[in-house]
Amino acid sequence: MEIIFALAIGVLTGSGVWLLLRPRTFQVIMGLALLSYAINLFIFAMGRLAIDRAPILDIGDPTAAAFYADPVPQALVLTAIVISFATTALLLVVILAARGLTGTDHVDGREGDA
Amino acid sequence: MNAWLEHLPVVPVLAPLFAGAIMLFLPESRRSRAGLAVVAVLVQLATALVLAYLTSDAVLEVWPLGIGVYSIGKWPAPFGIVLVVDRLSALMLVLTATVALAALVYSLARWDRVGVNFHPLFQLLLMGLNGAFLTGDLFNLFVFVEVMLAASYGLLLHGSGASRVKAGLHYIIVNLVSSLLFLIGVALVYGVAGTLNMADLGPRVAQLPASDRGLFDIGATILGLAFLIKAAVWPLNFWLPAAYSSAAAPVAAIFSLLTKVGVYAIFRVGSLLNESGVHGPFGSDWLFAGGIATVAFGIIGMLSAQQLARLVAFSVIASSGTLLASAGLAPDAMTGPALFYLVSSVLASGAFFMVTGMTERTRTHYFESSDQAPLPIASYSAFGMEDSHDPLDVEDEVGIAIPAAMAFLGLAFVSCALLVSGLPPLSGFVSKFAMLSAAVEIAPTAELPVQSWIFVAAMLMTGLAAIVSLTRIGMRLFWSVVGRTTPRLRVIEAAPVALLLLLCVGLTVAAKPAMTYVQAAAQGLTSPQTYIDAVLSADPSASTAEGMP
Repeated sequence: MEIIFALAIGVLTGSGVWLLLRPRTFQVIMGLALLSYAINLFIFAMGRLAIDRAPILDIGDPTAAAFYADPVPQALVLTAIVISFATTALLLVVILAARGLTGTDHVDGREGDA
Repeated sequence: MNAWLEHLPVVPVLAPLFAGAIMLFLPESRRSRAGLAVVAVLVQLATALVLAYLTSDAVLEVWPLGIGVYSIGKWPAPFGIVLVVDRLSALMLVLTATVALAALVYSLARWDRVGVNFHPLFQLLLMGLNGAFLTGDLFNLFVFVEVMLAASYGLLLHGSGASRVKAGLHYIIVNLVSSLLFLIGVALVYGVAGTLNMADLGPRVAQLPASDRGLFDIGATILGLAFLIKAAVWPLNFWLPAAYSSAAAPVAAIFSLLTKVGVYAIFRVGSLLNESGVHGPFGSDWLFAGGIATVAFGIIGMLSAQQLARLVAFSVIASSGTLLASAGLAPDAMTGPALFYLVSSVLASGAFFMVTGMTERTRTHYFESSDQAPLPIASYSAFGMEDSHDPLDVEDEVGIAIPAAMAFLGLAFVSCALLVSGLPPLSGFVSKFAMLSAAVEIAPTAELPVQSWIFVAAMLMTGLAAIVSLTRIGMRLFWSVVGRTTPRLRVIEAAPVALLLLLCVGLTVAAKPAMTYVQAAAQGLTSPQTYIDAVLSADPSASTAEGMP
């Protein structure tokens, strides 16, 4: 499972960075979205990967700590998802405004030399 | 009495939050929102001043260590989120509230009407700033920084226009990427050290096995990179000049604090990680080199700037670089003077951005829509610069023509120039002199004395570059403009600038007590053990704490 998880994060990050460096605003916003997915998975992985474990400790059970999923990264991921969702939506509006004002979807507001 | 004082640290976060939220329910009519905004900022200023008083040596009854710890939800420190007020935080809060008050009053003249929802966004920006200066938790720092940034995106676009949207696009994308880096750093730090509490982090890192240290250092480095993007270190600062120079004047004034959040985070987290020997971007030669490169970039930018707003933006970069270089040079000796410089430079650049907003009116005809100007001035078109054309026409301006308007503008410009370049007699000189003398003092005993001399040279070059470029732009603005209109200034525009400049004069006159205070604040950074003890020993409530994990 670790290998698949790491590959997923790696592929998402790689594609995200490549798209981020592209000159079109739509590619940039897709890149940012992919990067934020990758990072959400990464934060989640920092709580260690485990299956079938609850983030709640049973005080009566002395072995509970061994079957325990760390709830903090899950809470962090939730916050990070909300924030990146909101900022991406805002960026989308700005991109539309830039497209309308400059007449091009190039990130610099004018076509490059290519 | 004490029960109320205990809740004081949370007021700088709650006051703007509620003020901003209530404003959304008020009609967009100006008066009620503006009134609420002024009240909220005054509450923040009063709270910040009381906090500064309570954390000083004057009173020790409330917080014996001079550090106030506020546990949110009464969860004890390493588990819950804490707000921590020490002298440095209180100083930053007072600075924020002061600049905010000036920018807000200035904006009431007309800027708050050129777009929608200026006042709620402004309050949320203040909430983010105050929270970032107060929080004792890394992830909470991320959240407050995001609140601040989200509000700043809206404020940067305030007034709209092609140049603002273009600069805003770059600003938003760069900051989103830096937020993602921030998240990677926080996740790695949590994954390795198992805590997000900044005070808890230092001792825990010291106990990490050597095999985990590599991963932790990578996390800390990525975290530091995110801070450095916010602090506008070279080569991560190309977004800043366009963004700051195209923002509306009061927005740019409050933006001069935004880079200082990055600097503050570097100082704070750096001081807490210093004991355990984590360096990377927090202190050490790398920070020094980055700071000097930033100063050099600021110098070149100042010399090449053709527009006053851009010049001030580059001077913000140079001041960021100076602060980072001083932190990299010798944290123990330099932090106190650096904090004095921080206060003085924030006040000066805030005032300068507002003066810029006023002088731009004198050349409105000159630059009317430079995009399609038939005969662009050669030097401007060569740099491909756009002027930040005011959306409101100058003819629509209502106001009493103050006969002395040009005199006031000239005087304010000269004062700002003296402050930015660090010439006597204003506080810019005092702060630079203190930094220079500290740098020269440590030179004989330093490991690398050459660093001190590089720092001294960089400081002197910044002053020279600032004077050369400001003189040039000042001559063009005030003496050689063809077809200039005498600007109409309103008292509520002139008063905030005068307030900030008078505060700088006050800092000069009262340099000794001010320096004593910042030295004490720096003491908290150079010996973080008091901070760590205060946070970790804080017992929110003996009666309810039991049974918690």
